[in-house]
Amino acid sequence: MPIILDKVSHIYGEDTAMAVRALDNISLVIPDGQFIGLIGHTGSGKSTLVQHLNGLMKATSGAVYFNGEDIDSEGFDKKKLRSKVGLVFQYPEHQLFETDVFSDVCFGPKNLGLTKKETELRAYAALKLVGLEDAYFYQSPFDLSGGQKRRVAIAGVLAMKPEVLVLDEPTAGLDPKGRDEILDQIAALKRETGITVLLVSHSMEDVAKYVDRIIVMNKGRVMYDDEPREVFKQYHELEAVGLAAPQVTYIMKELREHGYDVGDEVTTIEEAKQEILAYFRER
Amino acid sequence: MLRDITLGQYYQADSVIHRLDPRVKLGATILFIISLFAFHGVGGYVTAALFLALVIRLSGVPFRFMIKGMKSIVFLLSITVIFNLFLTPGEPVFSLWKLTVTREGVKLAVLLSVRLGLLIIGSSVMTLTTTPNQLTDGLEKMLKPLNKLKVPVHEIAMMMSIALRFIPILMEETDKIMKAQLARCADFESGNLIRKAKSLVPLLVPLFISAFRRANDLAMAMEARCYRGGEHRTKMKPLHYEKRDYMAYLVVLCYLAAGVVLGKLLPI
Repeated sequence: MPIILDKVSHIYGEDTAMAVRALDNISLVIPDGQFIGLIGHTGSGKSTLVQHLNGLMKATSGAVYFNGEDIDSEGFDKKKLRSKVGLVFQYPEHQLFETDVFSDVCFGPKNLGLTKKETELRAYAALKLVGLEDAYFYQSPFDLSGGQKRRVAIAGVLAMKPEVLVLDEPTAGLDPKGRDEILDQIAALKRETGITVLLVSHSMEDVAKYVDRIIVMNKGRVMYDDEPREVFKQYHELEAVGLAAPQVTYIMKELREHGYDVGDEVTTIEEAKQEILAYFRER
Repeated sequence: MLRDITLGQYYQADSVIHRLDPRVKLGATILFIISLFAFHGVGGYVTAALFLALVIRLSGVPFRFMIKGMKSIVFLLSITVIFNLFLTPGEPVFSLWKLTVTREGVKLAVLLSVRLGLLIIGSSVMTLTTTPNQLTDGLEKMLKPLNKLKVPVHEIAMMMSIALRFIPILMEETDKIMKAQLARCADFESGNLIRKAKSLVPLLVPLFISAFRRANDLAMAMEARCYRGGEHRTKMKPLHYEKRDYMAYLVVLCYLAAGVVLGKLLPI
């Protein structure tokens, strides 16, 4: 179900001396089934934006529509919205509270008023989706490793069967292996269930490999909203706002400058490999 | 959600009051509070109000910030006023059903609300113009003599400043966890008292865990910097009195004298 943001602005501490315009006139359409990367420097308004998608924050001006309905209108069921637009916060493992992993994942579906059986089925399916082994199901979530905890927390949101999954910096604080595992899992999840995924990150590397659309935010505004290769063409402008194209894009540019005739619109290592091999085969 | 609490809020400005030694401000606040209860008569309260107005003017803090602190005690104040109005025995002014408002009651109610109002505004002047760190520094230095009685003054001051520092952090954390659970369709509002209390578990458990984690991190960081507590510890910004501080003490004494004299001259 599509989400539409219409001229959304959000001002923190309005009417005080410390007012900050975190979102400035944002208009976006998030259609079904896309894999979107939301990128921006710290303080660019990414986290504020995603909290508008499920009604945790209210726009100072402008409106958010979910499936054609204004989410701030009278009588709109916010609870239902939050089950449809699953939001995984930064460091989601800090929200775990139950005595064992399985009951923690059950928390979301239980709040939806599902039967015990349905709740448990969903929790089981969600834990399987994030690739947690059965052996951990009845352990205390606090005994798990950082990466495992994070999976449990993501499963806690997945168990509500959202149609849109929003992940705010899901890889923050993980080692490279944990990061790749989580991102691969999200990509696999996207393939299998076909849900819409919005991945918030400040790392181009993370995002370039997976998404089919990138939204770049700067100072509360949408700077670019396009396919990855189109966005990364603007790497000079990206650098000016504290971001960068993936490293492999730079390598390909250098190669071109040194007289190797390879394409410079490359954003992933896999593409770079193809390009370079093709170049040498031609010679 | 929780950003409206003004406790210990500091208002950044560059004024004489801001620059005063925290000990002066602490001492003056205590004297001011005592004076509010010691003064008698209209004269005393007019002096106190004028003195406070002068200090607020000097501090450069907008008056509406002071009023913010008042909001929290409106409820308490109205209860005291109502009880005093109706339950003080004396000469009746008028009756409302079975309740009688007396002359003495009116007097007492007005007196109490003026006192409480001045007290709250007076102490918020101190917290608005002094950072929590300065405040605990001042307190530590003031209570230093108690060290001789084996009171761990430095440790108490350190605990106070850590506690004060943690208030905004924990408030932010609460906000974050609350939102995270709301995103999992948690319901903090509906249901009876028991259900409501139960619904706080998903909020409180992560909050406690995070508080312990933060405390642990802080302890580790302090150890890593070889913190060992009070004995022989020097300060980066040691407190010492300057001319303006002595002047401030003098002003406070003048105020006390004026209050006593005017209170005698203009009784109620």
